[in-house]
Amino acid sequence: MTNRIFAAAILILFATIATVTASGRGGWTSAQLEELRSMSLAELDSLPRDPTNRVADDPRAADLGRRLFFDTRLSANGRVACSTCHQADRGFQDGIALANGVGTTARRTMPIAGMARSPFLFWDGRKDSLWAQALGPLESPVEHGGTRAQYAHVIAESYAPEYEELFGVLPDLSRVPRSAGPVADREAASAWNALSTAQRDDVTRVFVNVGKAVAAYERRIEFAASRFDKYVAGLTSGQPGQSILTDDEIAGLRLFIGRANCTQCHNGPLFTSNEFHNTGVPPRAELAIDHGRLAGATAVLSDEFNCRSRWSDARAPQCAELEFIVTGEHTLDRAYKVPSLRNVADRAPYMDAGQFATLADVLDHYNRAPAAATGHSELRPLRLKAVELRQLEAFLRTLSGPIVVSEPAPARRTQ
Amino acid sequence: MRDTQRIEKSKMGRTVLMLATVTVALSMTACSHAMMMIHGTGARRPAASEFGLGPRASAGGRYVATLEPARPLRPRQMQTVRVTVRDAEGRAIDEAQISIDGGMPQHGHGLPTRPRVTRNVGDGIYEIEGVRFNMGGWWEFTLAIAGSRGADTVTFNLDL
Repeated sequence: MTNRIFAAAILILFATIATVTASGRGGWTSAQLEELRSMSLAELDSLPRDPTNRVADDPRAADLGRRLFFDTRLSANGRVACSTCHQADRGFQDGIALANGVGTTARRTMPIAGMARSPFLFWDGRKDSLWAQALGPLESPVEHGGTRAQYAHVIAESYAPEYEELFGVLPDLSRVPRSAGPVADREAASAWNALSTAQRDDVTRVFVNVGKAVAAYERRIEFAASRFDKYVAGLTSGQPGQSILTDDEIAGLRLFIGRANCTQCHNGPLFTSNEFHNTGVPPRAELAIDHGRLAGATAVLSDEFNCRSRWSDARAPQCAELEFIVTGEHTLDRAYKVPSLRNVADRAPYMDAGQFATLADVLDHYNRAPAAATGHSELRPLRLKAVELRQLEAFLRTLSGPIVVSEPAPARRTQ
Repeated sequence: MRDTQRIEKSKMGRTVLMLATVTVALSMTACSHAMMMIHGTGARRPAASEFGLGPRASAGGRYVATLEPARPLRPRQMQTVRVTVRDAEGRAIDEAQISIDGGMPQHGHGLPTRPRVTRNVGDGIYEIEGVRFNMGGWWEFTLAIAGSRGADTVTFNLDL
């Protein structure tokens, strides 16, 4: 009986919401039109400056960063580059559940497009800039698996002129071993500990600059217009673009901004609030317990390369994201970053560890809203019908468009 | 007989409606504020006249507060907001302790950051930094003010 009353209550609620007075262009109310416009790529602000990275918008840095991004010498076995998992022809991801570098990681590879606009990077947001993010995998034993000393040597041997033009004279690395760094590998770690503070700083500075150059390249990787954007452009220009989207896709869009509650997290031109939420996605049994943002928020505050660190080019007042960060709340337990939904249909499998193989699996999860294994899921069952889930999926497929890399201008050589 | 049935039906309809309303209200209360819920809570949006940056009286009438964002408030942006606090007679309240809370009543979630007063500008003006609203729509922005007139709270309704 209580269930029936509750169902009745929900029905009444939906009926009220569904009572739409105006029927604007394309059958949308003016409020809905405004919401659609806010999700259009045309509404995307110009790329914000990155105060932590002095060379972020230097085309020479982007050029160097692009070459480093594809360079497999930046790895323990000479076979792994950033591009191994962030494959340019697959939207800068790899299409597999758990990324493979020199070993297998515990996370799904994240796409790169639009990431320069995200205050926090990685699924748990444990980094606060693109360059700090890029340095993580380089020293991870299962990703690139190498050491910062090794990378500094690669720069000195293969990229010295380009590097020095941007960052000044390279340090003397003749007394620095080939492999040394604060990493899991014992030999490399003890070699690192044997170095003087000045030597460690010299090496770390080159390592940091590798990250800053890679970030200058990654900043240029952006989404381009999808069919959804063309549809909205048609609506807002007064020429309803009904033929651009099918009836099912439009029905899916109505659900997306309505009963399916997707826009609570997937809002704005990139379809993400860039926040962190626990949506009860089941952990993979074979992986260690992972607390997501709860651990990530603490980690970023003590990160060696964060906005407040001496390696950052920002002044302390520019580090507002760290200053006003939420930490320690139980809502952060197993909360993960809200990914952009742009090009989502092109990058199965889904979630932080690739737990769901298809979009249909993802939507089924949101519809059922199972309890979280750890922490509390914020989801409530949507109770959508099968046809509605198919419509939502059809809509999500309209969000695919090209991924563009604005090519850096040819490097100016001033030597 | 038919009439009786109709009356019975309409009575039952009314009862279901009433019970439904109560259930919705109860389920809303059960939604703890800290507990973010990705689903509507059914909170009713206030009248248009209740929205805006103020001047707005505190719940107990001790203070009148006015917000002044450094830039127009927009979703997903880190913002700085100045608040002017006066008493009911319009005198500036200095040296007040102000804490900030907020959220979306219709969604049951709070603010994604921990904003706080970073500067006491003087003349009853305080600078609040670290304000972010992670989506468009109706937000509550609540200031708990502890000043010379006592403790009171003022809640602004903002439309992002």
